[in-house]
Amino acid sequence: MKDKHSNSRLIVEKVSHGFGAVSVLADLNLVVRLDEVVVLVGPSGCGKTTLLNLLSGHIEPASGSIQREGIIRTVYQQDGLFPWLTVSENISIGLRAIADIEQQKQELLELLKLIHMEDFANHYPHQLSGGMRQRVELARVLAGDSDILLMDEPFSALDYQARHRMRRELNRLLEKRPRTVVFVTHDIEEAAQLADRVLVLSKRPATICRELKISARRPRDLTDPSVIEAMAEILKELGLNTSDGIDT
Amino acid sequence: MLKTNVLRFTLPIVVLIGIVSLWYFVSYINLFPAYALPSPLDVLKSFQEELMAGRLVNDIIASLWRVAVGYVIAAVLGIPVGLWLGQHLNARQAFVPVLNFFRFLSPLAWIPFAILWFHIGDKPAIFLIFMATFFPLALATLVAVASIPSIYFRVAQDYNYKGIELLTKVTFPAVLPQVITALRVSYGIAWVVIVAAEMVGCQDGLGYGIWEARNGLRLDSAVCYMIVIGVLGMGIDRLLAQLTILPGVRWGYER
Repeated sequence: MKDKHSNSRLIVEKVSHGFGAVSVLADLNLVVRLDEVVVLVGPSGCGKTTLLNLLSGHIEPASGSIQREGIIRTVYQQDGLFPWLTVSENISIGLRAIADIEQQKQELLELLKLIHMEDFANHYPHQLSGGMRQRVELARVLAGDSDILLMDEPFSALDYQARHRMRRELNRLLEKRPRTVVFVTHDIEEAAQLADRVLVLSKRPATICRELKISARRPRDLTDPSVIEAMAEILKELGLNTSDGIDT
Repeated sequence: MLKTNVLRFTLPIVVLIGIVSLWYFVSYINLFPAYALPSPLDVLKSFQEELMAGRLVNDIIASLWRVAVGYVIAAVLGIPVGLWLGQHLNARQAFVPVLNFFRFLSPLAWIPFAILWFHIGDKPAIFLIFMATFFPLALATLVAVASIPSIYFRVAQDYNYKGIELLTKVTFPAVLPQVITALRVSYGIAWVVIVAAEMVGCQDGLGYGIWEARNGLRLDSAVCYMIVIGVLGMGIDRLLAQLTILPGVRWGYER
């Protein structure tokens, strides 16, 4: 098991992108530091997912450059697991690069233990709850030698309580296996609880309109002053605080 | 739970007994002349006769063999063709109209060609079974491949699945439940077609048996063959249905 990674790098320089006549991202700059959790929030349709696709290399930017080093993996909103494979087999996909079978087995057991799903090793995704499925996805992206995790609203399909639990879970997992994370969400609580840095994106064409560092240690409670403060800031930036809502 | 299980088995039997009783009653009161509607007892006797003569078993084997060969050739060619077309948009656009055309063309329309090309025996029937099942299998596989959620391919790309591995470990398992359904449906078509195919191009087989019975005005024998065709068809479908309980395909039927 490798689990240390000093070579991951993600740098976005002056990136602009659009689809046809619609400009989606405008002149965006971003440097993600090693083991940093960067959370992107913004109005829906502002180009968050486009940015993730650019970061992962699934699409190329129209202009500007993106430098990436290290193995990048993505956690999708839902249904990212292969339904024809069991929990073990799905996690093992993340271990494909390990040649030694014994080591692969060992690592698989460790990951199952890490997400507390030893008893579900032979279950299929459709036999699990939404939260359990996302935990398996997390195990898969953490497996082996991944460096950078891209998360595309990974908990948005879950109910409120499950989302809460998954945030705790992600914090716990990242503490044990630190990774560089770019996390896209529309959930402000999620941003405030998880992020080292929150980037608020503007409406289309999106650019970073506010950068917010949260230095309080994770895990952070929802009632933690740093979380409440960060939420207020983000809401204000998005034009969603109560006083703004009345007259518009 | 127990009660529903008991009902599941007893209700169809009750219906069956009801139908046979009605049949018996209708023939008992001579509603139709005996040559037009044989009685259950006549059919039973003819069963015995056909079995003793060994003809029935021989016909069953002949039909099963022809269906198996034609069907397996169609599956072995049709599924890969569907997989390939499903992945290539241009080829799909080029070939789908032709495939659809032949799918809607009754396989029986090929009978003149079958006999002209393959004469008499197994070959024309196998050819007709192939023509009946190849197109629906290829089309169903193609549609299944074309509708695989793109997220599976995204994940596959994230984890470096390429070429043949992508095909065998992602594309094929992703469509397997639909392919199994297509196999069941096309088997049903094959089993229907074999009867007609054997009426014209063969000297044995279940279809030929019915044709012979008609020529000899032995409707009791025809009914006996009809019962065998129906029961065998259902039985083999039950066997194919076992494929749907394989653990790697359950997701396709339970979601």
